[in-house]
Amino acid sequence: MSRIQRWIVFCLFVLGSNTVFAAPDSALLKQLASDDFDVRLAAITQLGSQEDPIAKRIIEALDQDTLAKSGDQLLIYDGEKAVDPVSGGNIAVIPANIENISLNNQLRQALDTAKASAKLFSTDRSTRFAAANQMRENAVESMLPILDKALATETDADIKQIIGLASARIRLTSTDPKQRLAAAKKLAESSDANVIALLQSRLDANTDSTATESDNEVRGEIALSLQSIKKRIKFAESVGTVFTGLSLGSILILAALGLAITYGVMGVINMAHGELLMVGAYATYVVQGVFRQHLPNFIDWYVIAAIPVAFFAAAMVGILIERTVIRHLYGRPLESLLATWGLSLVLIQAARVIFGPQNVELANPNWMSGGITLVGDVVLPWNRIVIVAFAAFVLVLIWLMMSRTRLGLFVRAVTQNRTMAGCVGVPTGRIDTLAFAIGSGVAGLGGCALSQIANVGPAMGQGYIVDAFMVVVVGGVGQLAGAVWAGMGLGLLTKFLEGWTGAVIAKIAVLIFIILFIQKRPQGLFALKGRFVDS
Amino acid sequence: MRTPFLVSLVGKLGPSAWLALSGFMLLTLILIPASHLLLDDGHPLHISSYAITLMGKILCYAIVAVAMDLIWGYAGILSLGHGLFFALGGYAFGMYLMRQIGRDGSYQSDLPDFMVFLDWKEMPWFWWNSDSFGWAMFLVILVPGVLAWIFGYFAFRSRIKGVYFSIITQALTYAAMLLFFRNETGFGGNNGFTDFKRILGYDITSPGMRTILFCLSALLLVKVLLLSYVLVKSKFGRVLTAIRDAESRVMFIGYQPLHYKLFIWTLSAIICALAGALYVPQVGIINPSEMSPANSIEIAIWVAVGGRGTLIGPVIGTFIVNLAKSFFTVSFPEYWLFFLGFIFIGVTLFLPDGVVGLFRKLRSRFKKSATDVSVSHKEAA
Repeated sequence: MSRIQRWIVFCLFVLGSNTVFAAPDSALLKQLASDDFDVRLAAITQLGSQEDPIAKRIIEALDQDTLAKSGDQLLIYDGEKAVDPVSGGNIAVIPANIENISLNNQLRQALDTAKASAKLFSTDRSTRFAAANQMRENAVESMLPILDKALATETDADIKQIIGLASARIRLTSTDPKQRLAAAKKLAESSDANVIALLQSRLDANTDSTATESDNEVRGEIALSLQSIKKRIKFAESVGTVFTGLSLGSILILAALGLAITYGVMGVINMAHGELLMVGAYATYVVQGVFRQHLPNFIDWYVIAAIPVAFFAAAMVGILIERTVIRHLYGRPLESLLATWGLSLVLIQAARVIFGPQNVELANPNWMSGGITLVGDVVLPWNRIVIVAFAAFVLVLIWLMMSRTRLGLFVRAVTQNRTMAGCVGVPTGRIDTLAFAIGSGVAGLGGCALSQIANVGPAMGQGYIVDAFMVVVVGGVGQLAGAVWAGMGLGLLTKFLEGWTGAVIAKIAVLIFIILFIQKRPQGLFALKGRFVDS
Repeated sequence: MRTPFLVSLVGKLGPSAWLALSGFMLLTLILIPASHLLLDDGHPLHISSYAITLMGKILCYAIVAVAMDLIWGYAGILSLGHGLFFALGGYAFGMYLMRQIGRDGSYQSDLPDFMVFLDWKEMPWFWWNSDSFGWAMFLVILVPGVLAWIFGYFAFRSRIKGVYFSIITQALTYAAMLLFFRNETGFGGNNGFTDFKRILGYDITSPGMRTILFCLSALLLVKVLLLSYVLVKSKFGRVLTAIRDAESRVMFIGYQPLHYKLFIWTLSAIICALAGALYVPQVGIINPSEMSPANSIEIAIWVAVGGRGTLIGPVIGTFIVNLAKSFFTVSFPEYWLFFLGFIFIGVTLFLPDGVVGLFRKLRSRFKKSATDVSVSHKEAA
């Protein structure tokens, strides 16, 4: 930028701050038609500080790409008729050589901010909220009066807070030390990582001496604010970590619950358990396809419809596995391990043949997208919140089934002592099948949940069998409570370790922890009470 | 005076076993090398370098299978992580092979190519002395041995067994695979080691070197088989089998199973590592996918197909499964996993003692029917 241009921009700023509510003068309009990018940028910013129909009309035109120029004259031209931006009236004779005023990204950004300043006074709360957020990042000094006015009229506390912070950010570089002090104090309430950088730059020694805070009192205040912002962000981040730990824990629980039941009842590790997750996920995919084809109006609710489908699909596969393979390997757990591994290979290859080797695409329904913004950049996504709730729901169902129904009673009896249960008339063979079906069905539910947050592909289940088994080992065999505590514990532990060691080291550390844990508690957290002879 | 080892071995092995061993050694040490080196390409009996590499590879697998059989068939410990020890042996020897490339790599640096690529200025400490062949062989034995010993000590001390042990070994190899996938670990990340040029200064791709490696694999297999034979027939082997069948009772009699299990576990890991060290120069690459759980569990199926608790079974099983794999992956790639899956299921359901067990059963049935006939003859008379 040449010196003259810089001077022009400076003049515009000064002009703007003095004549806020004045109508855009012809000089400003000329700037918009300028060929120089920086001049146009300043002009657009300037428009945002003004609050009159002319500015509004020009901004609208810019937004719709209808603002054009013919020589030095500015006009709004939509291909049919031309409008004079100042009077709003039609121009009778459409001039020749009309040239559209185009925007690049930076100009569009400035335009959005300019638009936002108008929207600050909208009657719709969400519009004002979005406008305030736009201002927070991008407001410039000339907009201060508008911000202050909005601050005075605003009734909503959240929006008021955002606008206040936006104005404080600008005031931080004010020439008046009192204003700077107040701004520094106000910014302590922010939780924006950008504000940290802003405050830090005021404390650092800069080459440009005006960018460094000179007043000692203000410096102290800035340091205090910095501290409190950092503290708040750190807190929000640990809340975020706890939450991702919880959601990982929920997934682990959904994967491990079924395994805990089947392993508890039959002492057999079903290596195809991960593939049952995969079956559930693909069932969800199929339901989504059916909804897209036949019920496009209810597409948002396909996930709900997929829950029973996923359960029964996985349960059917489970029954098939139990009847054809596991039943015949009773008492030979290591062989069942190998046979079910073979089954998992067959299932993976079958999925590849049926659905193709690539991951299939599953869309989150609208009510599951987005999230709750906690503080700053920490967002709790809805799909993960739903999964945590879903895991709790499944858990309650399984708990009710295990503790309140006759089937549950039988399952517990067989888990504790198969021979005795058989002696008192429990049909152990049928209980095996039913328990396996339920365990597999729960895995299918896990797959349905997983399909909303992870990739769905033929090999998606492979990674979960080891993790699920670890949860069962730590929790104690056949113990639902154990699976819950262990799942949550391992989920949280993994996420916290990942925070400072990275994913791979965290995984290894958790593994070592589990090996050491089994040294201490070979039966897991919740051991079955009673006397056992190991066979 | 004690009878010399070899003499007692001659006595213990039956004549048919000696015959089979000598036949195998004649084939692998004289006939195949001669056919590969002396006959020219067009000759119908010529064995191509592809075939000799494939067979050398399968021989290495067979060694691993015998090691697996030692712990699974005789001690009842199913390891799903033996691929880890195999790969560690391969990596330890691969380090030496990488150093043998010298300045012939694409960056013409003293450092292996991947280190130059990562912009490392000097070797990490664990590459110390890696250009010495003796040190490499020492590492091949030491690293997997120590790892197996530590892991086994903790696992067996708390009496982890059965499926617990299997899954934890699987988790172990999975974790190691993730670790080796990282570039920062210092073993070439997911590309691993490749582009080897020579061993001890000799060209690694020459027919002579191929033949030598093949013969070494065959020799190692014979040695491992003999050693295993001696082990399982000794008192040590008897105790081991007893632990497999009823560990608690063995403890009540006054044996400490920990020592027995730990010894056979560590030995098995070292045998795997040796096989891995022979495998890498033959196939010319080692990367972390060798540690994937699927690879380790495949070892178990070689043993199961051949027959657990026999020494010749794992060798037969390895050849059956791997030749089938070579055939399928070339002719019907999409059906290989189906086939492998059904082998897993079919063998465990219908052939619990593998091919060797089937053969024995058929033979005994044949013998029985033969005696039945004679009995009825007598009655008739």
